[in-house]
Amino acid sequence: MKTTYNSRKYVVITIFLVVGFIFIARLFFLQIIDNSYVLSANKNALRFVTNYPARGLIYDRNNKLLVYNEAVYDLMVVPRQVKTFDTTELCNLVGITKEDLIFKLQKAREYSPYAASIFEKQISKENYGYLQEKLYKYNGFYVQSRTLRKYPLSIAGHALGYIGEVGNEVTDSYYKPGDYIGMSGLEKYYEPILRGKKGSKILMVDVFNREKGSFHNGIYDTVAIAGEALHSTLDADIQAYGELLMKNKIGSIVAIEPSSGEILSMVSSPTYDPNLLVGRVRGVNYNLLLKDPSKPLFDRALMAVYPPGSIFKIIQSLIALEEGVITERSAFPCDKSLLGCHNHPNATDLKSAIKMSCNPYFYQVFRRVIQHGLANDRFQDSELGLNLWNDKALSFGLGQRLNVDIPNLKKGRIPDALYYDKIYGHRGWAFSTIYSLSIGQGEMGIIPLQMANIAAIFANRGYYYTPHFVKSIGNNKTINPEFLKKNLTKVSDKYFQVVADAMYEVVNEPGGTASQARIDSIIVCGKTGTAQNPHGEDHSIFIAFAPRVNPKIAIAVYIENAGFGGVWAAPIASLIIEKYLTKRIKRKDLEERMLNAKLSSKH
Amino acid sequence: MREQKGILGNIDWVMVGMYTMLVFMGWLNIYSAVYNENHKSILDFSQSYGKQLIWIASSALLAVFIMAIDPKFFSQFAFGIYGFFLFMLLVVLVSGKTTYGSKSWFEIGGFGLQPSEFAKFATNLALAKFLSSNDIHIKEQKTKLYAILILLIPALLILLQNDTGSAIVFVVFILVLYREGLSGNILIFGLIIGVLFVLALLVNQFILSGIVLALALIFIFFIRKNRRGIITISVFLVLTIGFIFVVDYSFNHILQDHQRERINVLLGKEIDLKGAGYNVNQSKIAIGSGGFIGKGFLNGTQTKFNFVPEQSTDFIFCTVGEEWGFIGSLVVVGLMMGLLIRIIFVAERQRSPFSRIYGYGVASILFMHIMVNIGMALGLLPVIGIPLPFFSYGGSSLWSFTILLFIFIKQDSYRLNLL
Ligand SMILES: [Zn+2]
Repeated sequence: MKTTYNSRKYVVITIFLVVGFIFIARLFFLQIIDNSYVLSANKNALRFVTNYPARGLIYDRNNKLLVYNEAVYDLMVVPRQVKTFDTTELCNLVGITKEDLIFKLQKAREYSPYAASIFEKQISKENYGYLQEKLYKYNGFYVQSRTLRKYPLSIAGHALGYIGEVGNEVTDSYYKPGDYIGMSGLEKYYEPILRGKKGSKILMVDVFNREKGSFHNGIYDTVAIAGEALHSTLDADIQAYGELLMKNKIGSIVAIEPSSGEILSMVSSPTYDPNLLVGRVRGVNYNLLLKDPSKPLFDRALMAVYPPGSIFKIIQSLIALEEGVITERSAFPCDKSLLGCHNHPNATDLKSAIKMSCNPYFYQVFRRVIQHGLANDRFQDSELGLNLWNDKALSFGLGQRLNVDIPNLKKGRIPDALYYDKIYGHRGWAFSTIYSLSIGQGEMGIIPLQMANIAAIFANRGYYYTPHFVKSIGNNKTINPEFLKKNLTKVSDKYFQVVADAMYEVVNEPGGTASQARIDSIIVCGKTGTAQNPHGEDHSIFIAFAPRVNPKIAIAVYIENAGFGGVWAAPIASLIIEKYLTKRIKRKDLEERMLNAKLSSKH
Repeated sequence: MREQKGILGNIDWVMVGMYTMLVFMGWLNIYSAVYNENHKSILDFSQSYGKQLIWIASSALLAVFIMAIDPKFFSQFAFGIYGFFLFMLLVVLVSGKTTYGSKSWFEIGGFGLQPSEFAKFATNLALAKFLSSNDIHIKEQKTKLYAILILLIPALLILLQNDTGSAIVFVVFILVLYREGLSGNILIFGLIIGVLFVLALLVNQFILSGIVLALALIFIFFIRKNRRGIITISVFLVLTIGFIFVVDYSFNHILQDHQRERINVLLGKEIDLKGAGYNVNQSKIAIGSGGFIGKGFLNGTQTKFNFVPEQSTDFIFCTVGEEWGFIGSLVVVGLMMGLLIRIIFVAERQRSPFSRIYGYGVASILFMHIMVNIGMALGLLPVIGIPLPFFSYGGSSLWSFTILLFIFIKQDSYRLNLL
């Protein structure tokens, strides 16, 4: 009877159930134990796209646009998703050779087979147009729009700075390789404000890498927040004019609004068009600029530590007055055996000494400052005297890094006793060793920005606001409170007037060294300097403020190897003052002469 | 006519219910697998899910039709039906349409029909008819031979169409023969063959032969007084080593490249995620990423963005795994297993051997399809393209599974009317 086999149904059912159990165990393993499949599915179908925010714009003080953004397109590649494609066509579309293509793919693969990396940077708008039409053929490739900085006026390269791709030195996890970051100038200092906040978006892509909308309707997406605008203190007009005037000259101009510390202009010459350091041409141009012997990338206004020369006499005067070692009526003969001087009548008081910039006079002044008679030993006396002097000199914003809102500026140097002790040994030096300081030579060094700040201190008759480049950030008009703080010098206000008067005479009285800085409609007060220079001709220096009452501008002009301060630096400074205060130039001849002067080849 | 409950009263609604649930779930998953933003309506007849609805509706009509036919029809015309489909298999070889390398399709007005699908229930009918005939004894060599012939003829014809997957299904009738009295050794033998087959592919044939030889010598040492035992073992030894070399030879010289690759990928000998391993890998990703509760209906990224090829047909289980997760997979596997076991129990309550044998055939065919299809999607078996019963997109398979199952339901509904 066949029915005897009916218990075999249990064998058959067992076979079924064993298979069912194997399936469930396998499902349990795949779906619950092993999490790697979720990742794999995400790698397949999700593309993490960064939304780059627009970088903050930069305006000048009159709301002229200095920096804006222009859209460019980066071709991105996800190596894992790349399938065989028409390499010749892609090379043509992007404008690269086949070797480039292979190299770039290899590099992307080395970075990560799964993550997107930049295949070709900054594709122009028209190339992007062609590329986009064909892109569907290239699995694993997509385009990401980015922005480049553009400088419509092509000015203020040094102050504005430039942006570049982040390098290995940047440890901030906000940045990914290929991101841009401020590398110098305001772009670097204000990076956190300008960059805004990146957003991210998760897109779904199908097996052909076609976008299929946002993941979970975008609940994980974040919007990019645009960087805030900087309203800078720069005046585009005089910045441009200063750059023009400094053509073919080596040196620097810094102009400051004394009543606020706002930097109106900062020129370092030779300069460069900031547009050169943007986009695909950046690398080539950067190397060219780097190799240029005149060092256009070097920001002389902030980084060049110069001897101030005779302009320092106005500070010497104040320190001596404050210390009571001279009065404004003190007279010293022009004894050229002490220090060289030009031919001029003997100075009968402090004002005339400043006006004529008599070197022996200030030799005497500085000797009295140093050799106070505080100690019997002349070495000890000099040590005590120098430190008192140093203390007051520093209060003029010298020998220290000013808290300017820009990275990389030099401190300059105002020597103290310790400094000379290191060179000559303790008590190894005395006034006779350091007398060059009396006329702003020797071991002291000042950057042009500090010189302009000195002019501002005299304009204000005794104090300064920390010079700065940014008036306000974004729409809120708040300003860094640090910049609202008055910095007082360690010299009483009452002594400033006499020196300021002398600065008036320097420009406006017969026998003054800066008669070429005279402007009919504006009273300019200034001081020339002519700094000796072991490497060649003297540097031509001029600092000034104007107008005399209620000054609106303080300026320092420093021209390397140009000779007398009164001849080059003073007229250039006065042209900028005229331009800034009257918006036009009446002295066309002077302007012409200054524009045409080629001083950079003189040595 | 003792219990006049009418046809409806005697229908096994458990099986009908499970069938309906599986078909409905299959339809939803097909919708998800081929979901198209531009054709969102599940009733859009230009899309697979719309077409599947037509297949479902026509299957329902078929089911009703079968229920209306005299139950004796199928046993009486079993051989006729069998013959008819053998003929169709021959015709399709001559004039069929070639898809994916298999010449197994008739195209009729935009819809494809696959005779090999229908050959399964026809063969099942013929086998049931043959084994249920009077004076048939499975132990007899003649009976075994005829039974194997009934199975082998359609399998070979299907093999000639280059549709290996469908041909392999016929192996499963061993379960039916076993239930009807074939020695249990056949299953053990099959298991040993299977293990040896896999080992032969994984291990060098000489090393494997050496191991088998060593094992045989140990056995012989223990039964060294039993001459017959020694002879038996020696015969087995020779056969086994022969089998190992045959497998190795056939694998390397007879199988086609793509088949060899699929097996190599499965055995882990070849890792080629872009080539032969791509489907399986994507399938595992889809199922694995579903997690415990799944990504939700129409939310499977693998499913929606076509990472898994053939997803509405051979890889439909991926959709279940990805969108419905472990829970959903459990429900589907559970339902399938439930249906199989229900069929076995219902088969066992049949008074007529024909119905019982046919029922076992139904369960076996369904089981083979489920095992191979889901096993493939889970990366446990090589890629063999056969549909998941009631789930996969396709008219021929849905029709043939419907016919297969409903003939049995019909037979069952009349079991009480038989003496
Ligand atoms: Zn003199």
